[in-house]
Amino acid sequence: MIPMLAKVSVPDATMFVVSAAIVLLGAIGVVLNRNPVRGALCLVATLFGVALLFLEQRADFLAAVQIIVYGGAIVVLFLFVIMLLGVDKSERLGRDPLSWQRFLGIVAGCLVVGAILVLAHIAWATGTKSVSGVASSKTVPNINLLATSLFTTYLLAFEVTSALLVIAVVGAVLLARRRTVVIDLDGPSTGLPRDDDPEHGGGYQDQTNPDPDSRGDLDGDNGDRGDRDDLVQVPEGIFEEHASGGHGS
Amino acid sequence: MLHSLAYIPGFALAGFVIVLLVGSRLGDPKAGWVATLAIAGSFVCSVLTFSGLMGRTSTGRSYVETLFTWIPVGSLHVTVSLLADPLSITMALFVTGVSTLIHLYAIGYMKRDRDFSKFFLYFNLFVFSMLMLVLSDNFVLTFLGWEGVGACSYFLISYFFERPSAATAGKFAFIVNRIGDFGFLMAMFLLFDHTRTLSYQGVFSKTAPPSCPSGPGGTLGHCVAQLSSGTLEAVCLLLFLGAVGKSAQLPLSLWLADAMEGPTPVSALIHAATMVTAGVYLMARVSPLLHLAPVASWVIAIVGVTTAFVAATIGTSQDDIKKVLAYSTVSQLGYMMLGVGSGAYVAAIFLMVTHAFYKALLFLGSGSVIHAMGDEQDIKKMGGLRRYMPITSVTFIIGWLSIAGVPPFSGFWSKGDVLDGAYTKSPILWAVGAVTAILTAYYMGREVYLVFFGEPRFKEVALNHGGDASTGHGHGGEPHEPTWHMWVPLVVLAFLAVVAGLLNLPFTSGLGYLEHWLTPVFGTTHLALSTSAKWLLAGSDAVLALAGVAIAWSIWRRAWDRPELEPNFLRSSWGLYKVYEYLVSKPAQAFANFAQATVETRIIDGTVNATGGLVAWTGLRLRKLQSGYVRNYALAIALGMAGVLIYLVVRAG
Amino acid sequence: MTITASWYLVVAAILFGIGAIGLLIRRSVLVMFMCVELMLNAVNLTFVTFSRTLNDIAGQVVVFFVLVVAAAEVVVGLGIIVSIYRSRRGTTADDLHIMHG
Repeated sequence: MIPMLAKVSVPDATMFVVSAAIVLLGAIGVVLNRNPVRGALCLVATLFGVALLFLEQRADFLAAVQIIVYGGAIVVLFLFVIMLLGVDKSERLGRDPLSWQRFLGIVAGCLVVGAILVLAHIAWATGTKSVSGVASSKTVPNINLLATSLFTTYLLAFEVTSALLVIAVVGAVLLARRRTVVIDLDGPSTGLPRDDDPEHGGGYQDQTNPDPDSRGDLDGDNGDRGDRDDLVQVPEGIFEEHASGGHGS
Repeated sequence: MLHSLAYIPGFALAGFVIVLLVGSRLGDPKAGWVATLAIAGSFVCSVLTFSGLMGRTSTGRSYVETLFTWIPVGSLHVTVSLLADPLSITMALFVTGVSTLIHLYAIGYMKRDRDFSKFFLYFNLFVFSMLMLVLSDNFVLTFLGWEGVGACSYFLISYFFERPSAATAGKFAFIVNRIGDFGFLMAMFLLFDHTRTLSYQGVFSKTAPPSCPSGPGGTLGHCVAQLSSGTLEAVCLLLFLGAVGKSAQLPLSLWLADAMEGPTPVSALIHAATMVTAGVYLMARVSPLLHLAPVASWVIAIVGVTTAFVAATIGTSQDDIKKVLAYSTVSQLGYMMLGVGSGAYVAAIFLMVTHAFYKALLFLGSGSVIHAMGDEQDIKKMGGLRRYMPITSVTFIIGWLSIAGVPPFSGFWSKGDVLDGAYTKSPILWAVGAVTAILTAYYMGREVYLVFFGEPRFKEVALNHGGDASTGHGHGGEPHEPTWHMWVPLVVLAFLAVVAGLLNLPFTSGLGYLEHWLTPVFGTTHLALSTSAKWLLAGSDAVLALAGVAIAWSIWRRAWDRPELEPNFLRSSWGLYKVYEYLVSKPAQAFANFAQATVETRIIDGTVNATGGLVAWTGLRLRKLQSGYVRNYALAIALGMAGVLIYLVVRAG
Repeated sequence: MTITASWYLVVAAILFGIGAIGLLIRRSVLVMFMCVELMLNAVNLTFVTFSRTLNDIAGQVVVFFVLVVAAAEVVVGLGIIVSIYRSRRGTTADDLHIMHG
């Protein structure tokens, strides 16, 4: 494979190698970083690398959208939720509480990648043409081609995606909405669980608690939960716990 | 009016549909009038068809009206087509005529019944089915009517279904008739297997032997022999099994006695005048086959005469006014079968027609007696009703003399014809028939004397039933004549019972109207009897009938309780119920117990429980797979994906 | 001469594998979500590559739709996470297993 690269012009090769390295290293960073904030930043790197690879393949518009929508909106949304909920703590990565899960997961992932690579050599795409037109032209810019296709052939799908986005917004509002908002003047200490409470914080704590079943699950929660649903104060509660937990990395 | 044929059952069907749709809204008595008019319409159509046939020459009096194709399956091609020939029109005439009268009677009898319109619904459906049975030109359509009348009979026997005995009697009748249906079906299968057709004409055309003797069915017979005599015998015996069930011949007679649980008009119409004669009609219809099946004919004659005798003996000892009539019906049906078995088809049909008149008359008379007595049916608790119910008693006595065979009433002529036929077959058959004739006159005389003569024994009974007057049953302490709806049919039927003998007088051949009329169907039947022998037989018939009447007069004129003349053996119907019990009920009960104890609990429950247990056991073990961890499920997906990809690699490589 | 499509596809395959493994071994719901995004990006990359190879704009159209759907998915998914966290602070994916058999 290296000889194949050798035939390519140096700037192209350099561009590809660098962006591929960004993509893969960023991806590894997402998976291996214990801190979700860092993971999110690594995700940005990966998305940026993918945008570069798009650019190399003359998908100019998509490269821009990748940066703006993915790198901008989506990752910011991630970070926002992380900050909002105060989960920017390390996850213990030492040993998976589900036996065989990590081993089998890695095996399955490698098998998939290996099989894809093998298949890529022996059975390639069929190359059947679609109805939507060419991807690059000497005269028409990429964005015009894409827009023409979107607003003619794929107009219905395009409209449906707009409906999907509206539905998603409505759904998100519905999910995140509170039933009642109660200002708890006594402060969050009464209702909120402590971070050192083994019932709740186990997944993010450093102390070893290998048995997953001993952690609380949704149905194992006891009486104080009903109150808490109503009494939680988002900013104070999170920040207070933040400060007291002190597990940021 | 050649095309009025389809209207004959059509009117009955229309009546059924109308009563079905709006009957309960019409209510009492309008629904009854609608039903009665529908059947009257059928009767008028029958008369028109009859006159149409009369206008033809005697050989051309047969045509088929095809309505539509019913079952086109392979080589089986069954049409709904009606056959008009002298036999079927004779049947249609008396079925619709008697039905009209009984419908009219029922308007009065069923007055204030809760389900007034339902009764007429069944009644019209019954008449429709009966007409399909009679007018059909093929076995399958006849079977449809056959089952239709059976179903209606079941509905009507169980009409008072709140009464357990009525419900049981209905089931009994239904089940017994299934045995007969089995025979009918088997006969049809056999016929179709051998002749590839099920229409009467098609079947008959394959029966006549090559030599073409002056045999059956002038219009129907053709000289193509395709049915072996063994097949013919089998077919005739199987059809006779059907007739045994429907016409209550031995050993399947008892359901008819139990069928008296139904309302009295039902007993009159279905279980005396029309439906039970369907078996006889069927045998007459297949007379071209029967003619060639001597063994089956003998079996029919012997079963018929035995039934006639046994039922007559049982009739001498019954106390229920309707049971006596029921057994007398069985006995008369036995006579008809005797006629059929002896080859005297005309005599059998003649007896059927006259029997329809006088037996309907007797049943309707008994109905008005029951009505007057406040639903009392025990003749031991009646007596002296002659003074209270003159019309009923006179007409009932006419019916009695007619069934007894006293000249010149119609029964004398028709029964005499049957006995003549039996004599030509075998004097022994005649002898048994003659004894039965005495018994007939005797037991009917007993009933007449117990009900209408002697001292009234119902004073206390009537008092007991005094309460009925306040509950609106419509009679006070004394019995009285019913409304005109009920006595008009009695008078008409009594008139017919007297004069119906004119249909077929034996003196000269010119007077045998019915015989001439039916000749195209049955061929000319030559009775091998000299004129003197005929006169001798007729004279002895008259003497026997009068002897029976005289015996009844001498015994029952004054007495009303003679236990030595009513032995328990006869009261209990020759122990036939016991025979049924030990042959059918007990084994069936034992089998049911076995099935309940072993098959049900062990095998069926065991299978069901084992299936459930297996599922539960499997589920208990499989639930461990459901860890609830999303990542585990994702892992399963990933492993599956890897498996699919590896499979692709292996296949591609 | 530009880079052949194979190289892009190799990168995409590896990226997809890393995402899948991350999804399987991480317990934080947020990180799992990010891994899903990695896998989506791998697929997007494949689409764009084939779009170029086959000179067909349809691949890029699909990527556009994937972007939209991914955005919607993230919105709803994060909404669910927020509502879960509201009642149970510090929940991991493993804690949510009340549907176990």
